[in-house]
Amino acid sequence: MTEPQTIHALKGAYGDLAFSEYRGQTRVVVPLALIHDVLETLKERLGFDLLVDITCVDYLRYRGAQDRFGMVYLLANVETNERITARTFVNDPEPTVPSMVDLWAGADWLEREVWDLFGIRFSGHPDLRRIVLPDGFEAHPLRKDYPLQGRGERHNLPVIRRAEG
Amino acid sequence: MPLTPATQTGDLAHDEPQPYLWTMNVGPQHPATHTTLRLVLKLDGERVVDAMPDIGYLHSGFEKIGEHLDYNQYVVVTDRMNYVSPAANNVAWHHAVEKLLGIEVPPRCQYIRVIISELARIGDHLTCNAAVGLDTGAFTFFMYAFNPREATLDILEAMCGARFTNSYTRVGGLTNDISPKAIAMIREFLAGMPKKLDDAEALLNRNRIFVDRTKGVGVLSKQEAINRCVTGPIGRASGVPRDLRRDEPYLAYGDFDFDVCCAEAGDCFARYLVRMAEVRQSLRIIEQAVENLPPGPVNVGIDARTRLPEKGPVYATIEGLISHFELVMANRGFKVPSEESYAAVEAPNGELGFYLVGDGTNTAYRARCRPPSFINFALFPHLIRGHMLSDVVAVLGSLNIIAAELDR
Repeated sequence: MTEPQTIHALKGAYGDLAFSEYRGQTRVVVPLALIHDVLETLKERLGFDLLVDITCVDYLRYRGAQDRFGMVYLLANVETNERITARTFVNDPEPTVPSMVDLWAGADWLEREVWDLFGIRFSGHPDLRRIVLPDGFEAHPLRKDYPLQGRGERHNLPVIRRAEG
Repeated sequence: MPLTPATQTGDLAHDEPQPYLWTMNVGPQHPATHTTLRLVLKLDGERVVDAMPDIGYLHSGFEKIGEHLDYNQYVVVTDRMNYVSPAANNVAWHHAVEKLLGIEVPPRCQYIRVIISELARIGDHLTCNAAVGLDTGAFTFFMYAFNPREATLDILEAMCGARFTNSYTRVGGLTNDISPKAIAMIREFLAGMPKKLDDAEALLNRNRIFVDRTKGVGVLSKQEAINRCVTGPIGRASGVPRDLRRDEPYLAYGDFDFDVCCAEAGDCFARYLVRMAEVRQSLRIIEQAVENLPPGPVNVGIDARTRLPEKGPVYATIEGLISHFELVMANRGFKVPSEESYAAVEAPNGELGFYLVGDGTNTAYRARCRPPSFINFALFPHLIRGHMLSDVVAVLGSLNIIAAELDR
């Protein structure tokens, strides 16, 4: 299936999605309500069976940005080696997107990482815990309003001494 | 090796409380984990019922740092991600940056980048297999594999001056051209390697202990491999024939003749075999690249306004100094589009890509790294369920987890 066919199929199923292209990469912006459906269609019907990455971008101080967070889903087709990037936008308060763990088991840790570093909730995720930061950590450090130096958490981590442990 | 289906043991672990299950902690400092990571194992006697990985001990906020260092400076941080094959990370980072900027590097630079990527791959695969051998009791193989890996480090040192943290690439080129001495070292390395690989493989391929401990252990089916986003040698050992060098020929990979090595078994032994076979293919690629190294500059021209000028003119002439300042001053630098792009290379552990968001300044607005170790380690509970405690090290070794890349 060539790329125009993918775009054609998506347009046929979901009306007018915003497609764009940059240096040979096909990108589509999907409304938040449709993102799970669109990814399911891409996976089941259009052959994009490999989830390459899930990540997030905080557009807090990005020029011309209207939404706070952009979720990015990078998909690839193992047979034809095509790629497609699906993006959706989500806003404060309590940014929540549907989890993709039911489509790809590999989405589990990727979504936990986004929750950990950006504070975006994934509805339907079976085990949404912090993954790289300690459980007691309060902030979400990859947000743009979090300073590079941190807010002193490192210096106030609880110390367990050998006698107490 | 008795195998229990994952579903059966999964039910045991979750459905009803099993008071006789033991909980055992491995790590975060443990010789068999090789890097800083922690596993909490649930054991039924000696059988692993479930495993809960706990990561983050080496989290250093590399992606946050990437939003504050410019495109040339950040290459130093990429060295620290997968420190077993840093040259591949350098290439991946600047490949992604150059895709965002729309720069095409000269052919000579592309060939040299192929050479360092493949040297890094040889080093990484040999280290991984050496560690698997060491953990399963084959200490001699460890020595046989580490010795040629040392030679790849020597070559990288001759090329860029650093053994581990290479930082060899720059936006639009390299720090310096390859020297005749380095080429001679590569030729010598290529001539000696097949014999060394034969010797090393003769130690393990039919070794009863090693085969018993790795065959049928940690089986990953093709379907599960795709479902769990696995790429690289682990995917290929499970029969996913995906290799970006062939599928999306970046740099000069389209010019070379090489095979994509696959296996179908998907167990630890298949992963070992795939890695050893890939080392031989990397040797083929390096040989073709060295013998056909195109002449010409290694960097894009000064008119492209991306590559820092040579130090000679910078120190000696006013024009050189101005062109240097034009690039390094905070409000100057090269033009970056306000766009987003993703570019990936086939790193030794799998697809290593960077998702970059440019905002017009010298610094990335977002520098997301798609780390293969992170995605591979998520497999671990799935692979180890139902196996024995002593298989933990075989599975962990064959996944080749580098914790610095895992946590970033």
